[in-house]
Amino acid sequence: MKPTTWTITLSISRQSGGAPRHFQEFTLEVNPDEYVLDAVERVWAFHDRSLNYRHACHHSTCGACGMVVNGVEKLTCITPIREVTRDRGTLRIEPLRNFPVQSDLVVDMSAFYQNMEASKLNSVSPVEKADLPIDHPTPAAPAVDAERLVDCIECGLCVSVCPAAATSDSYVGPAALAGAHQQFQATGEISLLDWADHQDGLWRCHSAYECTAVCPSNVNPAWRIMNLRRHVVSQRIRSLFGAKEPRP
Amino acid sequence: MMNQPSPRKFWRWFDPRYRQIGTWAFILNRITAIGLTVYLVLHLYMLSKLVQGPEAYDAFIALAKTPVILFGELLVIAAGLIHGLNGIRVGFNSFGFGLQRQRETFIVLMIIALAGTVYFAVHMFGWA
Repeated sequence: MKPTTWTITLSISRQSGGAPRHFQEFTLEVNPDEYVLDAVERVWAFHDRSLNYRHACHHSTCGACGMVVNGVEKLTCITPIREVTRDRGTLRIEPLRNFPVQSDLVVDMSAFYQNMEASKLNSVSPVEKADLPIDHPTPAAPAVDAERLVDCIECGLCVSVCPAAATSDSYVGPAALAGAHQQFQATGEISLLDWADHQDGLWRCHSAYECTAVCPSNVNPAWRIMNLRRHVVSQRIRSLFGAKEPRP
Repeated sequence: MMNQPSPRKFWRWFDPRYRQIGTWAFILNRITAIGLTVYLVLHLYMLSKLVQGPEAYDAFIALAKTPVILFGELLVIAAGLIHGLNGIRVGFNSFGFGLQRQRETFIVLMIIALAGTVYFAVHMFGWA
């Protein structure tokens, strides 16, 4: 069977060297089951080699290719074109929001990575600690001690979509808070609660839950932030009565 | 650079395009909070009429019974219901309770707010 071909227009945000942003259009023929990143790469390969964008693994592990596609934060390597436009439709591609643009679709994520590092998130965790307790009940007695990579791929989509992050550059953001929660679950380290418990940490979140909606990796930052609040409040109350360790 | 966070981007709080129901709740809570704050100021202004004597107060009360002002008061009731009920949802969610059902909770609470607003409208405008 001959593969379906769609003609689509990519309207790509271009900005470099402090110049004002503008959109440049490229018309492509694509297979709608290809991914948005494939289309962006084709623009770079066959139309404009000056286009700047980030990508690496092409299978949602590296988190490098996050972009805003038709208004919604997407990991473009796993977003089929069919899901976000139609034949003769347009894909409006923009850089992630709430990060300084370095060039075109590339944003400066250094502050984001610093916050992730401050959250002490270890990229590997025992399986029962890496899973979301709400989705995967921990087996009573795991047969083997197994570890796996934690879910967060540090793509930054949650920060891009967050309304609180739009107005505060000091907010540590959903990913770092979720990382602190993940690490707290794994280690019970009290200093993580102290790190998160301030106005630009846990309490800056205003419950729009968009971070969880766009997360491509089932991290569920909103749940983790709220659960971390619960731990913080519980710990603060317990400390009033002299307890120093969190309840297991 | 234009893409960086800035307090001047507060308008994005009120932009529901491409967003989920959680953002609608977020926006409604902010709009109703502003409305209730404005109402509080107007309410204090109205009470200040008391010190100007009975005539001034009676004149204001006569104005308050006009349909336009009544409609404004109905908006205050709606704002109070929306903000209060949504606030209870956010309060519970904020400590991890009911978070997995936050969308459904919001819809149910807004139906209750709508029903309450209709109830007050029926009685305020004498439709009962």
